[in-house]
Amino acid sequence: MKLLAQIVLNEWKTLLRGKWMLGYGFIFLALTDSLLRFGGGGSETLLSLSNIMLLFVPLVAMIYGILYIYQSREFIELLLIQPVNRQVLYWGLFLGISTPLMAAFIVGALLPLGWHGILLVDGVSSAMVLGLGGVLTLIFASLGFVLGLLFYEDKIKGFGFTIVIWLFLAILYDGLVLMLVFLFGDYPLEQFVIGISMLNPVDLARIMIILEFDISALMGYTGAVFNKFFGSSTGILTAAVMLIIWLTAPMWAGLRIFRSKDF
Amino acid sequence: MIEITSLKKSFGDLPVLKGMNLSIPKGQATGIAGPNGAGKTTLIKTILGLVKPDSGEISVNGNILDGNCDYRKDIGYMPQVASYPENMKVFELLDFITGLREQEAVYKEELIEQFSIGTELKKPLRTLSGGNRQKVGAVLSMMFNPDILFFDEPTAGLDPGSSHKFKERVAEEKSRGKTIIITSHIMSELEQLVDHVIFILDGNIRYYGTKENLLYESNEERLEAAIAKMMGGLPPEGKIGYEKTILSKTPETV
Repeated sequence: MKLLAQIVLNEWKTLLRGKWMLGYGFIFLALTDSLLRFGGGGSETLLSLSNIMLLFVPLVAMIYGILYIYQSREFIELLLIQPVNRQVLYWGLFLGISTPLMAAFIVGALLPLGWHGILLVDGVSSAMVLGLGGVLTLIFASLGFVLGLLFYEDKIKGFGFTIVIWLFLAILYDGLVLMLVFLFGDYPLEQFVIGISMLNPVDLARIMIILEFDISALMGYTGAVFNKFFGSSTGILTAAVMLIIWLTAPMWAGLRIFRSKDF
Repeated sequence: MIEITSLKKSFGDLPVLKGMNLSIPKGQATGIAGPNGAGKTTLIKTILGLVKPDSGEISVNGNILDGNCDYRKDIGYMPQVASYPENMKVFELLDFITGLREQEAVYKEELIEQFSIGTELKKPLRTLSGGNRQKVGAVLSMMFNPDILFFDEPTAGLDPGSSHKFKERVAEEKSRGKTIIITSHIMSELEQLVDHVIFILDGNIRYYGTKENLLYESNEERLEAAIAKMMGGLPPEGKIGYEKTILSKTPETV
């Protein structure tokens, strides 16, 4: 436990010193602030923020995760030859880089929401958008770790898969589902569509936001089906459970690879 | 004390270590030589626990390697390429590793002075020259006074002065009874530092014995020539056979 804390603290210190993380937080700060200034405030602004969050948080987290593995290869090897358990090292490195990224997003978006008074009006919704951003950061940073460890020698392949996975999950997925529904519209597809949307963490987060704001018509097809099938509260709960499974799966996979990997 | 029995490792379809047996007693200075891709680095990485063997057994100071990491308290390793987090300062790195190892850094001050990196301590690691980074690696490997020291191409990036200091330090550690293992392509360096040589070819140990015996057997005066002879395309048995046929033919032709 002491070792874990040492590794995490060391990563935090190093990250704070590189201005990168502060810049990332500041971008969300400026963005949220300008959305609130020009968008009139209220739930529309939160929706715009969550749209941007759903698009960029996964990309940044995944690129950051994989980049960390590639940039710190020799350092990781140096740590591996110390008398430190691989499991402790994995959690130390992962939490060390993913929590600051998560904090940068949450604090960056939270401050403007606070000083514009949105937190008082739409507290629950704001917390949900920020929380989902945090969860997505963890999921995609660990996916980045997994890809970096899987394609340890082949960086081009690693980055290629990162971009493709992001494009697929964050942008193409809903379109593909819609196309399937369009092609097979004569069959009862609702359960199938629900099953499919469970497989995509970005979709799950989107669904939770849709259900929370009750605007199923505005945001994608899967959300509409979800709403119809489950109704708001059960829907949010189901999606949240699935998201927790999504949170643990890549972390566990990363740990497994890390423990048996040849460096 | 390092004991290795029938160690095997393949990367994909490519066998790198083909059933190696090796025993390095305590206090011996050993050089590992061999062509690129022969398995030198893989062997060292396996002992360090960076690479997991397919089969076979390794024990270090009596501890069998089974996933427990405590045996690494006795090991210091200086890597070939020293690369550290850019923004970290030298003293922070030393402190961080000290915290992780939960050991006292007995020789820290002494080594810093010996390699004259006292002025570099407060600089971020990215601003250090390659040679100075190597020296930080050397300090890290020896400051906890471990029993076993691994050096992977240690002097490749060092200037002659530092290289000389490094060799002096290694000799000092040797006289303290440390087990020292060095890989290098610079044979003159091995000649100065070690008394036993392991020659690895194609994932097998081709030669393991004293330096003097190797020179005697190969009928050479320099280690470089002796090693080059062993590397020379044919494996030793083949070569002996080749020489025999020539010998047997010569009387007839003459």
